[in-house]
Amino acid sequence: MRVYLTAARLSLRRHLAYRSSAAAGVATNTVFGFIRTFVLLALWRQKTVINGWDAADACTYSFLTQALIAPMGVFMTGTELGPRIRTGDVAVDLYRPVDFQSWWLALDAGRAVGSGMLRSLPPVLVGALFFPMALPLSPLRWAAFLLCCLVGYLVSFSLRYLISLVAFWTMDERGMAAITFAVGFFCSGMILPLTAMPPRLDSVLQLTPWAAVIQIPASVLFGTQSGGLAYALAFGLAWALLLLGAGRLLTGAARRKVVVQGG
Amino acid sequence: MAESVERPLPAPVAYLLLVRMWSRSAWQYRASLLLTGLGQILTTSLDLIAILVLYSQVTLIGGFTLPQTLYLYGTTRVAFALSDLVASGVETLADSIRLGTFDLVLIRPVSTLAQVMADQFTPKRFGKLVPAAATLVWALIDLPLHWTPARIAVCVGTIVCGFVLFCAFWVLSGCISFLAVDAREVANTFTYGSEFATEYPLTIFGRPLGLALTFVLPVAFVTWQPALYVLGHPDPFGLPGFLRLASPAVAVVFAALAALAWRACIRRYRSTGS
Amino acid sequence: MTALPSQPLPDRAEPPTNPPTDPVILAEGLTKVFSSRARAGRLRRERVDFTAVDAIDLRVAPGELVGYIGPNGAGKSTTIKMLTGILTPSSGTLRVAGYDPQRDRVKLARRIGVVFGQRTTLWWDLPLRDSFTLLQRLYRIPPARFAENLAFYTEALDLGPFLDRPVRQLSLGQRMRGDITAALLHDPAVVYLDEPTIGLDVVSKHAVREFLRDLNLRTGTTILLTTHDVDDIERLCSRVVAIDHGRVTYDGSLEALRAERDLETVVRELYSRQGV
Repeated sequence: MRVYLTAARLSLRRHLAYRSSAAAGVATNTVFGFIRTFVLLALWRQKTVINGWDAADACTYSFLTQALIAPMGVFMTGTELGPRIRTGDVAVDLYRPVDFQSWWLALDAGRAVGSGMLRSLPPVLVGALFFPMALPLSPLRWAAFLLCCLVGYLVSFSLRYLISLVAFWTMDERGMAAITFAVGFFCSGMILPLTAMPPRLDSVLQLTPWAAVIQIPASVLFGTQSGGLAYALAFGLAWALLLLGAGRLLTGAARRKVVVQGG
Repeated sequence: MAESVERPLPAPVAYLLLVRMWSRSAWQYRASLLLTGLGQILTTSLDLIAILVLYSQVTLIGGFTLPQTLYLYGTTRVAFALSDLVASGVETLADSIRLGTFDLVLIRPVSTLAQVMADQFTPKRFGKLVPAAATLVWALIDLPLHWTPARIAVCVGTIVCGFVLFCAFWVLSGCISFLAVDAREVANTFTYGSEFATEYPLTIFGRPLGLALTFVLPVAFVTWQPALYVLGHPDPFGLPGFLRLASPAVAVVFAALAALAWRACIRRYRSTGS
Repeated sequence: MTALPSQPLPDRAEPPTNPPTDPVILAEGLTKVFSSRARAGRLRRERVDFTAVDAIDLRVAPGELVGYIGPNGAGKSTTIKMLTGILTPSSGTLRVAGYDPQRDRVKLARRIGVVFGQRTTLWWDLPLRDSFTLLQRLYRIPPARFAENLAFYTEALDLGPFLDRPVRQLSLGQRMRGDITAALLHDPAVVYLDEPTIGLDVVSKHAVREFLRDLNLRTGTTILLTTHDVDDIERLCSRVVAIDHGRVTYDGSLEALRAERDLETVVRELYSRQGV
């Protein structure tokens, strides 16, 4: 266990060092937060309440999800493992006396915490200066939100890990990643909140693993998640376990058939 | 004869040669190329689905109907996809400056901008063009408009000027990479942000920001102003009518600005270095 | 690859501005100062100047084969970057092959060849031959001349067996031979080679050295070589220029240097600061 904590800590420290690129990322996420908010407000201006959310909820959602992009890895099309498989460097990782999947989870978790610390607060704060925000004051609600984020992160990691593993078979996971990225971006609620979708589409999209990454943590924070915290956690954990299990099986298969490029 | 051989290869020829090389490189990974192309089609289409979802709940957004918004979206997206096809190689500039491979660009006897724009070209970018063009065709069919020659000319002009403006934005975003190598994401704000902002009626941003997007960062001239002309829609901000036909002038000014900025950046790189 | 074919390369045309007696590289008081802003206190930033190259004088006659040596950070690559027009000198005068590298960078590019030992200029995923064909177009090499040169280098550097293989499948030695060819196809008057034997096995090193010496003898191409390898200097260079802290510390023939002290000792002293 200690080796993983050390790996995570080192990865965290490495990502905390990227201050200037984090600053650039914050600026970008904030600007896009503004545009997304204006689009959502155009909708809410004509329907004052959609699925229990008012305009302030919509603004909050918009900036909150911009804040979650970096730690949740929404834009990431895999983990840092993919390039290592392509170049053949993965051979070194395979011979490390550690559990392969847990090792990459530790590294990616360090990255997530680091970018969360550097990138998450500013977009929400700047957004709050210009738009009405509806952030709850109850510490319990925030605790529940963070718990859901943790589960959502696990789902996001296990999905990205699976995509990276594809490189073991095709030598290039980027094609696969491009498609899952497009689908995931829509299904997670980054383009429009799932709750603002037509009810039938919403009820389908709420079942995909991506819902656990962005939409469900936000709904839990606003207290509008149907089924409450218990359902949110159970749903996310079920997907996380399923996907992590699949990742485990595939890791084993990959190890058996390792074709390390370039010897 | 001897004179023409002494002159450097014209930039467009060099650009096309490099694009061909990159395409052939990308073709070595056919499966991946196909899938990433499909991914681009999907990503662009999902944006469109979002617009349809919005309109499934209301009939007007920012005072515009669905076909009108689709026209805005279609022209913006086609212009952007074309500029992405031609100029988005600039995106890799920050990396090549950091890795030092930009030095190799400077020792070749052809235009630096041609080399940078062609960098890492991949045919997958055609994927963005497909749904964009389809949307535009859909909008053109659905719009209850009488197509006068003037309207057609402005419609075509919109795409040409939008393309030039977006290319200028790509080059200017490349200049940001010269100033700060870590600023790739800020540079993205400039290009992808202006595209995103012009997909919707400008009215959704309200008057102050709408005016800023017209006169400060002139993304309104990409599609908004000429679209008002084509759609025969009064300017919601009450701006004078001649602005609707000002896009070519704005495009020329920004293309010149981008060219000047690029030359200044190359000079600056050579005086500070790595 | 052992011997070169006997047919000599046709004479290259010197540009009219550069009669053969003039130095092909002429630097006087060449200086490069990098300034950066360093944090000085909480908010204040101070300008810090670093002189990478300090008033270097360098004259290289056509046909010379010069070893340019010095520890990392001594100013070697900064000098090369100024000679190629990548960097603008802070002061001093500089002319290469009759051109001012900064003002006429694009024109100069066709008169010089550059090999970076650790960075390939070849197209990774395409056959080696395709990189050469592209260079023919970019440098506007007349087709007949190109065919002639390619045939010559293919034989001299034994490229035949892998000319049609993707570059990513080539060994380091094969790739280096490809890179050297790529730098020479357009008949440059001056060639800069940065660590051309780094990482190569003994056989490849030998092959590259033999080739460079023959090239220099046969075509009169001026070669400026930076290297950490004593053998490279010993077997190739007639003249050695050593640089440290941006200043020339030795400039003279290899024999004179050797007469003074054993070359290896000199080089070891030069590089001892960094433990090479």
